[in-house]
Order: sequence, then structure tokens, then C-alpha cells
Amino acid sequence: MHARHDSSENAAEPVPAWSEDIFSVLQRFDVRQVPYVPDAGHSQLIERVLGEPSMRAVPLTTEEEGVALLAGAWAGGQRGVLLMQSSGVGNCVNMFSLTQIFRFPFLTLVTMRGEWGEFNPWQVPMGSATVDVLELSGIKVLRASHTSEVREVVEAGAGQAYNACTPTAVLLSQRLIGAKVFTR
Amino acid sequence: MSKANLLERRSVVSALLSGRKDAIVVGGLGASTYDIAAAGDHDRNFYLWGGMGGAVMIALGAALAQPKLPVVVITGDGEMLMGMGSLATVGLQKPSNLTIIVLDNEVYGETGGQASHTGANTDLVGVARACGISDARSIATMAEIEAFAPSMQDVSAGPRFVSIKIDSANLERVLASRDGSFIVTRIRSALGFAPI
Repeated sequence: MHARHDSSENAAEPVPAWSEDIFSVLQRFDVRQVPYVPDAGHSQLIERVLGEPSMRAVPLTTEEEGVALLAGAWAGGQRGVLLMQSSGVGNCVNMFSLTQIFRFPFLTLVTMRGEWGEFNPWQVPMGSATVDVLELSGIKVLRASHTSEVREVVEAGAGQAYNACTPTAVLLSQRLIGAKVFTR
Repeated sequence: MSKANLLERRSVVSALLSGRKDAIVVGGLGASTYDIAAAGDHDRNFYLWGGMGGAVMIALGAALAQPKLPVVVITGDGEMLMGMGSLATVGLQKPSNLTIIVLDNEVYGETGGQASHTGANTDLVGVARACGISDARSIATMAEIEAFAPSMQDVSAGPRFVSIKIDSANLERVLASRDGSFIVTRIRSALGFAPI
């Protein structure tokens, strides 16, 4: 198991290849709006989006805002992707209705907490419920747990979301991003 | 506060939308959607029957996607209170083509008229301004509404936030389409986007 460190150490690390893989898939699918609630696992991807003129990064106050934003973006002719952590899935539940009602190409990339060596018990309940909540909400769930599979899993998720208007969540396992290390 | 001179919601929305031209108009769930339908069905109307708290964000997504088109969201005080964080998100993005209208009757009219926070302690204009939407105002007369309406066409000077105190009468429902796929496909089609 590898571990991820706090952001000050992260900043000095090179962008991991899988973050870059995700970014290039999003570019290829012409993703234009990227709403997010930050997560350390998404930090490099968020930096890439912030630096890309063709993409609009939209920081949110709560994740459900992003579901609604993407519905409006689609009505206006643009694709988007919602970046969040597994706890944010719980914040979205009622707003997920929009993915069924509008049948729009909803894609979310969810970094997982509450699994694979989790230190913080508060992350476990929602992390354990994340898959069920998504599936009960009518959203297809794919998962990437290893660096080598991120590109193809995100590509498959983007393909079914944007080409088949099938609401899709790609979970990025804690095993992939590394359990957060808490030190005093 | 005197309630004698509160405005009538249908007249307000008709006056706001009479010169809408190519604007996309989003209606928050409940009476606001009926008001927009009563002003005349339109292929750029985005009617909401759920997703409470999401109206402003839907309008923001459309506004960012179509920066040359006016985008107007008309919603109620209860719906706006549930999505108050979205005012912070709009204040950060500053979409210059977005206008947010809150029809504030200080009650949850759709569920029996229970009091909302806006009648007691919450000033939504103050909230909007504190979130970075500097053009935030309350409007109290039809003359002001008629003077304000054309400014929604200016896609370079937003975002704008307007609170309009209206009376709390429950009017006959004017039922808009509630088929989400139809509503979105119709807007996309009006903008020149083909179905998938």
C-alpha cells in the first residue's frame, strides 16, 4: 500500500500519470465544464483543468450544485464532468433525479475514502454506502483501482456517458490514490 | 412591514419576459414554473418540477455554455434558500449574461403557506451582494420592473440579482411540460444542437 501525504508535500511531486490519463480523456471527449468540490486525490487534475483555457473549472459549495450545473450545461450545448469525493455522493442524492429526468450525459469521477487502510472512521459510513447510493439513484458505477487501468476505465465511463447518455460514476479507489496519512 | 402594495406574480413575470427575445429562461420548481408557463410557452423555457435548490445552478451551466445569450432564472424564496450556496458559486464565476430573479412571497406556497426565512431574518439581496454579486437589488413597483426588464438583455453587465416581494396568493396552476427529456431537447434544438 502506498500512502499519500499532505498537500505541501504533494505540491512538489510530479503529476501522476493516471491524472494525466484522465485529463487527456476529458479533452478528447470535449469536456468543457468541470465543477468540483476539492479532494486531495483530484488535486493534480484540478490544477490541469484550471490551466486549460478550453475548460471552465467551477468550484462548488456543495456537490449537488454540480449535478444541476451539468444539466444546464447540456441544455446549452456543453459537456461536463463532476469531480468529487465519496462523501459528496451523499450530498447529491435528490439532485441525482435530474440525471434520470433529463437523460443527459452525466459523468462524475469520485475519489474514494473510507476503504483500503482508512485512518478516519468518519469517512467509512458514506464510503461504504457510495456504490449503493449511486446505483439506487440510477447511475452506472465503474471502478479503477490500479494505475494501469485508469485510462481505459475513464474512457469507458466517458464513452457510455457522452455517447449513450447513460449516467455514469467512475470510482477512483483509495488503493489507487493512497490512504491519507494523519500525523501529529 | 406593510403588505398592502405587494406585486402580483403573474404580472411581474409577464412584464419581465415580454421582451425576452432569445433568452433562456429557467423556472424554479413550484409556482415560478407556472408563472413562466402563464407568460407563454417557449422553446427556450427550462421548466423545473423538482431538483429543489438547483435552479440557479442549472441557469449558471446554461449561461457559461452560451455566453452571448441572456439567461434568466426566476425562482421562489424557498427554492433560493435551499440553494443559497449557489449564489457564492455564481459570485465566483461572475457570468455576465445571467440574471437571477427571486419572487419572494415569504412563504412555501406549494405546501400550504408555511413561513419562510425571508419574512423574518434573511435578506436575500444582502446574501447575494455578500457573495460577490454586486448588482443586487430589490424591486417593489411595476414601473421599476418595466424599467429593469430590458437590462436582462445586456449580456456584458451581469450577473444581476433581483428580489421582488410579491403577494402570497395561490393562483390557478398553469401546467408546463413536465417531461424533462422533451424540455431539454427542445432547448438544445432551439440552439441548433441535434439529438444524440
